Amino acid sequence: MKPPFPHRIKKQQLWLSPGRCVFWEEEKALIVSDLHFGKTGHFRKSGIAVPATVYRDDLQRLVAQIQYFQPRQLLIVGDLFHSRENRELELFQKWRADLPDLAFRLIKGNHDILHDDWYAAAGIELSEKKLRIGEFLFMHDIGDLTHPDLDTAVCDTGLSDTPLSDSPGATPNPTPVDPSPADLSPTDGYVFSGHIHPGIRINGVAKQALQFPCFYFGGAHAILPAFSRFTGMVSIYPKPDENVFAIIQYDSILQIQ
Amino acid sequence: MGSHSVKKTFGYTVIREWMAGKGQHPFAFQETAWQELILGQSGLVNAPTGCGKTFSIFLGALIEFINDHPTDYKTRSNNKLQLLWLTPLRALAKDLGRAMEEVIGELGMSWQVGIRNGDTEISERQKQKRRMPEVLIITPESLHLLLAQKGYPELFQPLRILAVDEWHELLGSKRGVLVELALSRIVAVTKTSSGISPISSAKRPPPNHGLRIWGISATIGNLDQAREVLLASLNQHSPGDQFPGDTAPGDKIPGAIVKAQIDKPIHVESVIPDEIEKYPWAGHLGIKLVDKVLPILERSKTTLIFINTRGMSETWYQTLLSVNPELAGIIALHHGSIDRELRTWVEENLHTGKLKAVVTTASLDLGVDFRPVDTVIQVGSPKGVARFLQRAGRSGHQPGEVSTIYFLPTHSLELVEAAALKAAMKINFIESREPMLLCFDVLVQYLSTLAISEGFDPAEILGEVRSTYCYKHMTEDEWRELLHFITEGGSALNQYDEFKKVEIIGGLYKINSRRVAMRHRLHIGTIVSDAMLKVKFMSGGYIGVIEEYFISRLTPGDVFTLAGRNLEFVMIKDMSVLVRKSNSKKSIVPSWNGGRMPLSSNLGLMLRKKLDEAGTGKSKDIELIALRPLFDLQEQLSAVPRENELLIEQIETKDGFHLFVYPFEGRLVHEAMAALLAYRISRITPITFSFAMNDYGFELLSDRPIPVDDTNVYELFSPEGLTADIQRSANSTEMAKRKFRDIAVIGGLIFQGYPGEHTKARHLQSSASLLFNVFAEYDPNNLLVRQAYREVMEQQMEEARLRNMLERIGAGRILLRFPRRLTPFCFPLKVDSMRENLTSEKLEDRVKRMQSQLNKATAR
Repeated sequence: MKPPFPHRIKKQQLWLSPGRCVFWEEEKALIVSDLHFGKTGHFRKSGIAVPATVYRDDLQRLVAQIQYFQPRQLLIVGDLFHSRENRELELFQKWRADLPDLAFRLIKGNHDILHDDWYAAAGIELSEKKLRIGEFLFMHDIGDLTHPDLDTAVCDTGLSDTPLSDSPGATPNPTPVDPSPADLSPTDGYVFSGHIHPGIRINGVAKQALQFPCFYFGGAHAILPAFSRFTGMVSIYPKPDENVFAIIQYDSILQIQ
Repeated sequence: MGSHSVKKTFGYTVIREWMAGKGQHPFAFQETAWQELILGQSGLVNAPTGCGKTFSIFLGALIEFINDHPTDYKTRSNNKLQLLWLTPLRALAKDLGRAMEEVIGELGMSWQVGIRNGDTEISERQKQKRRMPEVLIITPESLHLLLAQKGYPELFQPLRILAVDEWHELLGSKRGVLVELALSRIVAVTKTSSGISPISSAKRPPPNHGLRIWGISATIGNLDQAREVLLASLNQHSPGDQFPGDTAPGDKIPGAIVKAQIDKPIHVESVIPDEIEKYPWAGHLGIKLVDKVLPILERSKTTLIFINTRGMSETWYQTLLSVNPELAGIIALHHGSIDRELRTWVEENLHTGKLKAVVTTASLDLGVDFRPVDTVIQVGSPKGVARFLQRAGRSGHQPGEVSTIYFLPTHSLELVEAAALKAAMKINFIESREPMLLCFDVLVQYLSTLAISEGFDPAEILGEVRSTYCYKHMTEDEWRELLHFITEGGSALNQYDEFKKVEIIGGLYKINSRRVAMRHRLHIGTIVSDAMLKVKFMSGGYIGVIEEYFISRLTPGDVFTLAGRNLEFVMIKDMSVLVRKSNSKKSIVPSWNGGRMPLSSNLGLMLRKKLDEAGTGKSKDIELIALRPLFDLQEQLSAVPRENELLIEQIETKDGFHLFVYPFEGRLVHEAMAALLAYRISRITPITFSFAMNDYGFELLSDRPIPVDDTNVYELFSPEGLTADIQRSANSTEMAKRKFRDIAVIGGLIFQGYPGEHTKARHLQSSASLLFNVFAEYDPNNLLVRQAYREVMEQQMEEARLRNMLERIGAGRILLRFPRRLTPFCFPLKVDSMRENLTSEKLEDRVKRMQSQLNKATAR
């Protein structure tokens, strides 16, 4: 994996990692979103034989990122867990217990449906909707700010089944997402969100298009890539003055614009 | 046979007298089938629709029953299941059932006829459970649902005859594999009941015992193989010997083939445009010929107009109405996206002769015959001889009548196809249906089905599965992998794993979870359709269904056509597309993804022969004579290839450097060939191409000269290293991903949700492409992933056909030409490659301009 890519916003030093997370230097915070832990277990329990090794790989990658950045806190911008409790979460608990000095702060996402006691027992601090730290505001779904019903509209676009398109290498978008809602007030702070599992399309030769998970930085808010590899993607269509960083093969960060 | 002639039996007399009472007489092929049947034979009846194929088996079953119970055959009731009638079309079941009931009633018998398919009401199913009718008409999917019911063995044990209708339709698809598997189980179940093998090589079983399997098939190129696939499991070995290996050389495939020698004359006529366009382009000419269609409709009682795509059928319907408004109310539209009620209405009015014409797609290819239909019009290439015959056969059913079919080209070059079709029909050169092999997705589904009901013993089931044609060559490793997949769920995290599907209890493989079982029942079957959305009016009222893919490209306010109506897209709500009526003149016609069949290799071969004739200029076919000016121009600018020649044209235009190749092998082969050729050329020099292809040939386009000349051209088309080269050239990963969608749904990896349980189900949803990525990375050797790649090679790339083509080219001659401008052959390809970036209107303008420029250049 190539070293992280520096990016400054609101005079804060961020490091974008090809491991699908952001390190916030001033606060020594590792910011992640959409980990969907327990998803493979949830599928497998229902008789759908997805390889559980995806989950192990996700966990190991998170460990590697924590070892690399040595954060004081882990900020999880929602969808830490995919569904109800299952055995895979026991593995998470065991692993969590090995990191007593690291604070876990979860801003709840639509998938985080476990009982509050469970989070408390696992040493996870909860924020229901948002969490403000310094210049930054963290919330799972930026759509909640402006369109209360957008939640149902794009909620599971990354998860639900979409028909395969003719264009190779691309996931089609039933609802193309404009990543920037218009009415963000500056007093809210610069927002970090997740939820949509953003992807960016890069057009190649001979009508081929490839899609990569990406970091999106608009004027007032950012969208983080989904951390889990067992997630789909939704294409975003950024405006020219916004920044987008694609994650290529879990290896390097490529600034697209 | 003489010792036990059916004609001497009481049952035969009863049936014969009944027929005579109606002024009918059994056909010879029906008598032959009855004879074979009562001798205990299985087999295949080869007969077209509408000539008594149903009676060849159904009456045979009755004869046998009457023979067995000569004194009380009328009064004996509740005889359990005697005849299982498998049909791919549930729409047919009702009519079929009615016809059978009529016979039973007129004979004064007490048999019952039941129907079991997706439309059967629960109360009816329960009634069947309490008292199984003697005849059950069923679809392959519903048959598997029966296998998912506890106690199914008792249900099938009394079964005497299993008929598989339209076997040619099922063969070659995964639905056919469903049939093979169900047969293997039912054969085993009936064996244990009677204790004798239905067909033993040593001696004929006593008459009237054991299960017999009879297929009914239209004519296809591989009838013998069709019989072999159907009857394979009758050769089942007993449970003890696990891997019996291949059939010994002396083992003859059992079963008869009974052919109906009914020669129904078919009259083919081409609709020839008044003026032949020397620069043809696809999809354009057809609608211009609408004026030639009107007199045909006038002359005929009822006409079916077959159009290849749903989109074009909408356009045709609209055009017919606008050129002759008097047709309103007496013509109709029928395709797969139209509301079923409306389709049923259309079918009923076809029966009664109230409709003058119906514009349709493949949706009316099969099914009951509409007696009033005396004329068929085929618009555009039927892509294969079999389909053309099938469609022709939809007209003129009354004995002694002629089937009349008109061929209406959508571009002038298609007229050659008409000549080729006529020639192919003359020599009965009909396509084969290749049976599918080693479909692990279907097997995963089947094993789960058995695990829901009675559970299964792997050793026993393995013997049965391997008795089928599809899984004949399955290895022991593959079988173990399958069992591992359904019990352990492939790669797991040992102590943290909760995978639960099939459990092993006392050696028996069972599914105990009710939720898993329920989900599985909802997913039985192999027909995977695109995500479809219902189309409804804002005010309520259902219109039909449409692909999500199409709607996702529309914005509110756009007007599109469905079911012959112009509709304005308002919004999507609750998986429904809400629309309102629109008076807008302009609308977008949905381009459905389906219906893009490639040209068959049989038709391709005949096409090359006809071009050969055209090249000699001596042909007497009216189509080729009409096309004379086009061929003259082609010859003058380039060449018309002979049968053993491959034509390559290199042309420079302002768009770049074009390389056109014309193998006439169908779109899929051309796609693979284009990728292969591009790859091989790029090994000579780094160069980038874009591709275009149609059924006749393909185009490579580059901004630089393409280094193909007589020094390297044979090498570029060599079959040597083919497999490795196509794997490297084409994006096989992307293709496999597309194939994986069906496989994942059939294999139970994609959960499509159950009705009324949206939110909870959502946590179990994932897209096929996501699953594919996860499997490809974390479990690349998974057998469903491997199957996806194999399907790409066999079906998508048609590797075998590609190889044959290269060998043919290698044995013949390559003509390399450098025309100074576009030729008639390359023009349709050129237009197709322009199509993608332009709206249809702009395209039409641009094409017209090109045509007139080229024609002027020719005139000079």
